[in-house]
Amino acid sequence: MINIIGHNIISPLGLTSEENYQSVIRGRSALHLYDDKFGLHEAFCGSLINRGFIYEKASESGIDDDYSLFEKLAILSASGAIKDSGINPSDPNTIFILSTTKGNVDLLEENMHDERCYLHTSALRIADYFGNKANPIVVSNACISGVCAQIEGVRQLLSGLYSTAIIIGCDILSKFIISGFQSFKALSTKPCKPYDKDRTGLNLGEAAGTIILRKENSPASDWHYVASSIHNDANHISGPSRTGEGAFRVLQDIVRQIDKSELAFLNAHGTATAYNDEMESIAIGRADLSDIPLSGLKGYYGHTLGAAGIIETILSIMAIDEGIIIATRGYDKSGTSGKLYLSNQTRHTDKRSFIKILSGFGGSNAGICYEKGGRR
Amino acid sequence: MKVISSIEITPEIIGNLSEYYRRNIGDYPKFFKMDGLCKTGFIASEILLQSLPADIKSDIAIVLFNRSGSLVTDRKYQQTITSEENYFPSPAIFVYTLANIVTGEIAIRHKIMGESSFYIMSENDTGLQNDIAMECYLTSNPSMVLTGWVEYENDEDFYAHLRLLSK
Repeated sequence: MINIIGHNIISPLGLTSEENYQSVIRGRSALHLYDDKFGLHEAFCGSLINRGFIYEKASESGIDDDYSLFEKLAILSASGAIKDSGINPSDPNTIFILSTTKGNVDLLEENMHDERCYLHTSALRIADYFGNKANPIVVSNACISGVCAQIEGVRQLLSGLYSTAIIIGCDILSKFIISGFQSFKALSTKPCKPYDKDRTGLNLGEAAGTIILRKENSPASDWHYVASSIHNDANHISGPSRTGEGAFRVLQDIVRQIDKSELAFLNAHGTATAYNDEMESIAIGRADLSDIPLSGLKGYYGHTLGAAGIIETILSIMAIDEGIIIATRGYDKSGTSGKLYLSNQTRHTDKRSFIKILSGFGGSNAGICYEKGGRR
Repeated sequence: MKVISSIEITPEIIGNLSEYYRRNIGDYPKFFKMDGLCKTGFIASEILLQSLPADIKSDIAIVLFNRSGSLVTDRKYQQTITSEENYFPSPAIFVYTLANIVTGEIAIRHKIMGESSFYIMSENDTGLQNDIAMECYLTSNPSMVLTGWVEYENDEDFYAHLRLLSK
């Protein structure tokens, strides 16, 4: 059994998973309009972490200033999850896996040849902070990285190479990332409206999340891995397939391996772009999951890139622990051709598993299913 | 693990990427839109995949590695936003600031709908790459795995070592 033994979320909504979860279920969103940020030429709506607060927390924790903002966030999040799980991160049977799309890319502005822009260099610095000597793995698969990193963790444990995987997802925003998405005309200046008829596009957000997986022989008493899948659309590098082929194949693979009657909800990508949400609705319909409650979390944080798959998985776990399905903030009127079972209100569930899916640039799609063991 | 085929390309072995494309491929004009990393991965994968039947290709897993990610294109994009007088962020460059786009370009060319993954490691360790690539079989069932190292610095300095593996 591959069990989840600890987790943490750091975002503008809090420094622990619990603080984040409590904010989200109270309907609080981290999204704000930023009018004059990073020297950008246009305003954007997104969620930014208070840098001063993170520097202060890092300093209190003894993380010195040699570490970048990105690395400080990743280390603070991993520290939170390590504390939560009680493991020793320097144990030789433990591996660090880092999910990020752009890591320290903001440092290019000062120095085009900063060594910390090499993502594995940054991962080594993070693992080294914890005294871990195993070669860390960096997963950089655009928007689906956070789910792919969990799948990589599962595989490392199944292969028997390691017994514990510390999986960190982190991305920070900068002029580089925001200007790029603005050049795509993908960003909204309003809080996003996932799957809604009047959706106006994406918001980006900053977060770090950590999940710790451990291989255990005992029957799963709590949260454990059930199934996963990754598929490419083979359609376009910057747009999803109109038939949702990749996402459909991901869902189909997972549904084949699980007890669908125990599925509490599907936590989907829901970026609130016209193409993504429409594509997901088609894929969900083709996989015969239109009647399963759907939940999307971008209305609270925006799209947190390499962290999204991690933090959305953690919030899904905490929701099922409390018997709820988190409201899809920003959703109001149905705006996709495929039927989706959505609500902008909290719903109740007595079921114990969920599927988390993501899609992204490069035509990639990924999904993972976890289930809560024991009896309710 | 079986190594079905493998290929190494460098400027010494194949010469200029675009000239190689014109001489030996020629039917995929999208090639010229790609950044250097994608061109390098595209040419190497073309050599391994062109003779495979479509039904096998559709279920291949693509698992690629390098050290610099998309840093060459990241620097190029950064130059388009650094100066206030010369601010012209380009979506055509920005889309290549993700290393996994090379896996997408290969998938599109060959209609590959299996897994596509990109990993960043400091060293080109063939054994480690093969191990990670073969782990695909722990949670899925691809027809084969296309794996290996793909790195591009400039037209005089690129390297790919790709392999087709199966169980």
